[in-house]
Amino acid sequence: MNALQGLDLTRQLILLLAALVLFSSFAMLAQSRLVGLVRVFAWQGVLLAVTTGLVAYASGHTHLYASAVLTFFLKGLLIPWILHRMVLRLGLESARESDAYRTPVQLAGAGLVVFSYYVALPVVQLSALFTRNTIAVSLAVVLLGMLLMISRHKAVSQVVGFMSIENGLFFAAVVATYGMPMVVELGVAFDVLVAAILFGVVFLQIRASIDTLDVDRLNRLSESEP
Amino acid sequence: MIAVYLTLALPLAGALWLGAFGHRRSAGWVNVAVSGATFGASAAVAADVLRGGPLLSGGRMFYIDAFNVYLVALTAFVGFTTAIFSRPYMVHEVEAGRVNARRMRLYHSMYQGFLFTMLLALSTNNLGILWVAMEGATLATVLLVSLYRTPESVEAAWKYFILCGVGIAQALFGTVLLYFAAARVIHARDEALLWTSLHAAAPGLEPAVVGLAFVFLLVGYGTKVGLVPLHNWLPDAHSEGPTPMSAILSGLLLNVALYAVVRVKMIVDPALGTPLAGRLMMGFGMLSFLVAVLFLHRQRDIKRLYSYSSIEHMGLMTFAFGVGGPLATFGALLHMTVHSLTKSSIFVTAGHAAHIAGTQRIEQIRGLIRTQPAVGWGLLLGTAAIAGFPPFGVFTSEFLVLSATMKAWPWLTPLLLIGLGVAFGGLFRHLHPMVYGERPDSQSAVAANMLPVAVQLALVLWLGLAIPGFLAHWFDQATHLIAGATLLGGGS
Repeated sequence: MNALQGLDLTRQLILLLAALVLFSSFAMLAQSRLVGLVRVFAWQGVLLAVTTGLVAYASGHTHLYASAVLTFFLKGLLIPWILHRMVLRLGLESARESDAYRTPVQLAGAGLVVFSYYVALPVVQLSALFTRNTIAVSLAVVLLGMLLMISRHKAVSQVVGFMSIENGLFFAAVVATYGMPMVVELGVAFDVLVAAILFGVVFLQIRASIDTLDVDRLNRLSESEP
Repeated sequence: MIAVYLTLALPLAGALWLGAFGHRRSAGWVNVAVSGATFGASAAVAADVLRGGPLLSGGRMFYIDAFNVYLVALTAFVGFTTAIFSRPYMVHEVEAGRVNARRMRLYHSMYQGFLFTMLLALSTNNLGILWVAMEGATLATVLLVSLYRTPESVEAAWKYFILCGVGIAQALFGTVLLYFAAARVIHARDEALLWTSLHAAAPGLEPAVVGLAFVFLLVGYGTKVGLVPLHNWLPDAHSEGPTPMSAILSGLLLNVALYAVVRVKMIVDPALGTPLAGRLMMGFGMLSFLVAVLFLHRQRDIKRLYSYSSIEHMGLMTFAFGVGGPLATFGALLHMTVHSLTKSSIFVTAGHAAHIAGTQRIEQIRGLIRTQPAVGWGLLLGTAAIAGFPPFGVFTSEFLVLSATMKAWPWLTPLLLIGLGVAFGGLFRHLHPMVYGERPDSQSAVAANMLPVAVQLALVLWLGLAIPGFLAHWFDQATHLIAGATLLGGGS
């Protein structure tokens, strides 16, 4: 508790936001409707943008304001909008993932958070509670994104998981290192945007070829074919 | 320095132009011309570096030393020969009605786009840009894997996209961690991701963070190298995409991903002061090698067969870089070159074989030598080369790696030898009926340009018989950079 009081107000706020980002990852794991999933994902993008703005204010790195604005438009608005439009276009408004295994998945998610803190332990020698927490949280968001991808059967959910992994990485870059150099950040943002568009194209191709977006049905290529 | 910019600008301009006009009949020739010009520029870069030592561009954005310059030249060369093969091959596909004009535009544009990302990944000095370029390579090729729009190819594209995307995300996390460690030592923020600055500051980096970063980077780029257990995308993407794609994926992408791992290892080793990075690479490499040779035996698709052979060889190279030391490193560098040349020529030949038989299924490809001797012999010689038969370069490099293993880890040598034997059996049990035997009535010869194959196999043979002096010197300089000592004692 003393360690927490030793931090200034902005750092405490950043830790709070980190907790909210982590919470949004769990909310995605719990959300079985695709439309809802995309909405939670958009909120995670907005939280990320707010965190970036706050870090920019606290650290005085002005280039972070630019990435905060970029993140807000890209991850809070544009990519969720692309995904939402895909869901509508593919007629999946009322589609739900099956609710089986929801509790074990949530418990596994909690386990992953503990594991992330364990992995981040060596970093504690470098700096205080603040960085250790944020690195552990960003790693946890990455791993929870993977868990989301593994536990879901719809292609759209897997893409949301993929994009939330990217969110976790961006969070790590912003909080632990005050953002990557601008040229790298722009390159990564470009890649993410192109990936979002390409996912849309591949969705349409999957639907045209197997008439569903259940990736369980993508099982023609295996080593045990006759 | 202008030549370096040209090697990047040419494919980029080609990608844009072909994106607009790639469906014209002349587009295949434009593709060849742009790739040829890129190869010319890369040869000029190579000559510069050979004469004047490492090049560092004005803003320190690009860095070319002995290690990456030979990969730049190799990438441009294989891109050029594969473009020569691709022109008649894709014309055949259009005539067979498998692709339409729009997809031809996409194909040609992304062919050049892919070459651009590969060359950017090789020549950049910034580890962040390296990541962006590797991810860009995935994005450029996803839609090419699903070019034929069959259910299988769409499935392969999905797997490729998801697996490589998630894998490479780990590499970005590793890059962030590396930046985090570097920011404490290097105070100019924009320089903390430059490879040259990191390499200079490596001994002062915090070992705990760097070690963690390397694990993530190895898993991330290792996915693109095709290391087991992250290899599932590779056989699917290679077998379902158009054959020129398989040739450049196997001959170039895997090499560039391995290059990224080795570049990072060069920073990690002095920072850690322990052989952790090498041991991890040895473990992953050996596992990939052993799993892949077993899978060779149960393949039914000719392109899947050779993609498992690629996993096997990438595993061997990763293992050799992990063993470290001048001998193993020299062997691994040579192996990268000969594997890339041999494997791309095998995929080209396998593409012709599939056109002759009208299918990629091994059991329906029969009597190739009777049907079309050039293709049959090409496949036979290429497979003999990749299996490590003596006069070819693959034998030389594998022999170097085996000797280095014998010296450092004697008890691992039998595993390697048994693996090579099993791989030999796996390749030849499938190859034998394909090239020999009676010609089925339905088969007839196709228009095939075997010149690139002949040139590449001749180069591999040359590298096996006598490595030219300047090339040996070049490999030796690269060995000095990576392993800290030369093999031939030429100095640098």
